[in-house]
Amino acid sequence: MKPQEIIERITAAANYEDCIVIVESKTQTNLRWASSTLTTNGHISEQSVSVIAFVAVNGGMATSSITYPNVAEEDCERIAREVGEAARAAAPAEDFAELVKDKSLGEWSAAHHPTTPEVFAKTVVDLGDMFKRSISDKIELFGYAEHTHKSTWVGSKGGLRLRYDQPDGRIEMTGKSHDRSRSTWEGVATRDFSNINIAEIDRAIRTRLDWQANSREIPAGKYETVFPAGSIADLFTYMLWSSAGKSAAEGRSVFSNKNGGAATTRIGEKLSNLPINIYSDPSYPGLESAPFTIASSSDEVHSLFDNGMGLHRSDWFKDGELSALMQSRASAQQTNLPYVPAGENFIVDLPHSSGTLEDLIKKVDSGLLVTTLWYIRMVDPTSLLLTGLTRDGVYEIKGGEVVGAVNNFRWNDSPVELLKRIKAAGATHITQPREWAGDVERVAAPPMILEDFNMSTISQAN
Amino acid sequence: MSRAQQVDADFLALPRQAVCQAGIEMAQSLGASHVDIRIERVRTGILQIRDVAIETQSDDTIAGIGLRVIVDGAWGFASSPIVSIEQARLLAQQAVELARISKPLSTEFIELTPEPTYKDQIWVSAYEIDPFSISTEEKVERLVGLNAQLLKSEVVDHAEAFTMFVKEQKHYADSYGTSTTQQRVRMQSAIEAINIASDGFESMRTLAQPAGYGWEWMGNSIWKWDDEIAELPTLLAEKVKAPIVEPGRYDLLIHPSNLWLTIHESIGHATELDRAVGYEANYAGTSFATPDKLGTLKYGSSLMNITGDRTIEHGLSTIRFDDEGVQAQEWDIVKDGTLVGYQLDRRIAARVGQNRSNGCAFADSPSHIPIQRMPNVSLKANPQGPDLNGLIESVDDGIMIKGDNSWSIDMQRYNFQFTGQQFHRIKNGKIVGQLRNVAYQSITTDFWGSMKAVGNQSTWVLGGAFNCGKAQPGQVAAVSHGAPAAIFEQVNVLNTAAEAGK
Repeated sequence: MKPQEIIERITAAANYEDCIVIVESKTQTNLRWASSTLTTNGHISEQSVSVIAFVAVNGGMATSSITYPNVAEEDCERIAREVGEAARAAAPAEDFAELVKDKSLGEWSAAHHPTTPEVFAKTVVDLGDMFKRSISDKIELFGYAEHTHKSTWVGSKGGLRLRYDQPDGRIEMTGKSHDRSRSTWEGVATRDFSNINIAEIDRAIRTRLDWQANSREIPAGKYETVFPAGSIADLFTYMLWSSAGKSAAEGRSVFSNKNGGAATTRIGEKLSNLPINIYSDPSYPGLESAPFTIASSSDEVHSLFDNGMGLHRSDWFKDGELSALMQSRASAQQTNLPYVPAGENFIVDLPHSSGTLEDLIKKVDSGLLVTTLWYIRMVDPTSLLLTGLTRDGVYEIKGGEVVGAVNNFRWNDSPVELLKRIKAAGATHITQPREWAGDVERVAAPPMILEDFNMSTISQAN
Repeated sequence: MSRAQQVDADFLALPRQAVCQAGIEMAQSLGASHVDIRIERVRTGILQIRDVAIETQSDDTIAGIGLRVIVDGAWGFASSPIVSIEQARLLAQQAVELARISKPLSTEFIELTPEPTYKDQIWVSAYEIDPFSISTEEKVERLVGLNAQLLKSEVVDHAEAFTMFVKEQKHYADSYGTSTTQQRVRMQSAIEAINIASDGFESMRTLAQPAGYGWEWMGNSIWKWDDEIAELPTLLAEKVKAPIVEPGRYDLLIHPSNLWLTIHESIGHATELDRAVGYEANYAGTSFATPDKLGTLKYGSSLMNITGDRTIEHGLSTIRFDDEGVQAQEWDIVKDGTLVGYQLDRRIAARVGQNRSNGCAFADSPSHIPIQRMPNVSLKANPQGPDLNGLIESVDDGIMIKGDNSWSIDMQRYNFQFTGQQFHRIKNGKIVGQLRNVAYQSITTDFWGSMKAVGNQSTWVLGGAFNCGKAQPGQVAAVSHGAPAAIFEQVNVLNTAAEAGK
């Protein structure tokens, strides 16, 4: 059955207050390689049908949500009944808010437009050439290319007819040489592979492998460190994941005030030495995402009741100040804070900052340049202390120039503390995070110089 | 004794044989030398209770077919959510086409180690109560009850309960004639008590470990939930008032509720052979334990004996046949401190000249290709070793660590850093109170080399996780790790407050 028909039949069969059906159709094609040979590939097709029942019960509105893999015509009535019964048996939902009704957006009746391996047609030829060059130059290549088309329909008994199509993709490349003693990485985000320039990736990989000709051990310590945009994205992701309004208001977040008395949040507090902005915006050019909330289950910052609510720009940091925390409408009401919904992308920028990573390197008299960050995990939620590794190349900068490579480190630092240690930033551009690739899509950030970055211990990995 | 469960009738009712036969025949007619096909259905339920109300409820089923071929030594893979004969034939065409597209980029000629064929095999894991047969209300009642118990304490300002339960059904068939149908169930639950003070907050989580059980896990017969919940506020109150650790070197007595994760990261991942030869170099990483060191690498002290298995009852990685039709096995990975074995699938075994896979192929969904994933990797108890009290009494100046929390390890599995839930200070063989802000950091072989005492079987617990990640596209697997309590000499301990510049 077509997604639209599934939605019409289930919502028509739902004999309760409201029923929202979210159908997601996804096609994906992927290629993976190691030691300059293809190792796996896939052409994937997936569908999910999430059915959400809203049933008036004693004391409020109860909900239930069940997700089915595919639905046949004869299943629709049973499914509508099953989800309704589950809701009827539940207690009133804590996250009640008025449901959105009678709203249409997007090309409702069009079919899912699948991606196919054809999307790689040019990339595959260029990759083949790069593999050949690399094999003759004793460089080993490891990497991954993925392209996804996802169509989402949100329809309801109450008249929601919303549709959004999200393309996403990326290519990642690790280059190793000299018996794998040298290693570097490059990643590029894409929506259709038209911007993928393999020759440019090849050049970047070779330049950095050459930088590793000189290598020395340096001790753990605090270093002025230059981060490419992708590492900045990885570093700040946990901060956004930890910015739920409800936890902050309850006193159990880095964004809770700890000055004694009743818990309040740090909204309004200047947390950065520079006028940094961090925000989500569904209309950001090149990072477009759904302009309405899609939630197949509730959590701390999402609510089933918010399905179909409009998404606009949500400012998390403005001019260096914490300006909002993430909320559902219900949590906003419970915490007496503004409703600022989570978005599907994020952008970091420093107004008036310009220049590239190379320009930032020139500004450093003595410091380090990292390539990527890896295995980032929360150590202490009270300070948002994170730990992680540097990966695939740390370089020493002297007098504004890269002079060679150094060992990797385990670092321990907090992105909230680092906001106060921004020495400079470059221009914001669309980037590919590494650690959170696949979890976090659609990010723009500038490269940055952060002062006193805590390289806690040495890692002998390369 | 577990009551014998059966594969659900509605999964058995799917036209499994006909669909697989159609896919296999079509792929063979198009030139495939190997075909494997999986029909899968995986149902996952999640409940998150915040204080005494539901925050998250989900019940999510994925289903479909995944079909993999080898054509002229190159892989091809295709998947679909529709389980039908027609669809299986279409997937065969797509997979063969993808293999042909891939051929020019492939310098490795894929071969697989042989395996006997197993026809019409059926297996079900050892659980008693299908968690999906219990209503959401009954589950919520149990979890809210435990949270409410915690919230009675003055020290507990908030409580969080999380439970996740999975039923995984797989029918596998390949072009050699193997055909298996398997069903397994697993449960994970954790409850956290949170204290909020004027200068910050502190929390403590239960030590209960995820395992291959059904809803019976949430009673009091397997894990004593009521007892643990009764004790948690006292432990939290003590932690809130505890001094911050002085960084430096300490003897660590590590409880299995913490040690399982250190085993997972520093041994489990390091002895995946696909990873050791470089297949994960762009993503999960490589390993210091490269194949040239097999039989010679001194991994740890002579008390260190590590096995891999897919056979232990209630193990999260336990199964009868893997996703390449290989029968489950048990083998040595580290013997008397020396690296002696790896985790294999049929391709990687063939690549390094082994004659049989040890059965570690797994795909987490019909949409993903089977790859080498972790078996249950466990540390053996020392039959002559002490019990937990004996271990505590043998420590002069150290810390006992219970429960896992933060974890991170580098891409070659050398440098790791872990935290925990409970840090009990030991002086002169006695526990003298808790500490706060403890992290331990070490290098894999230094750490295992410093293991000077290993507890006996009475200290052994099967721990584990649902969320082990590997591969691109990302795959998630559940895996168990059994461990006794053990003592590690003079490990580097960090103060996490100082690390944060506080």
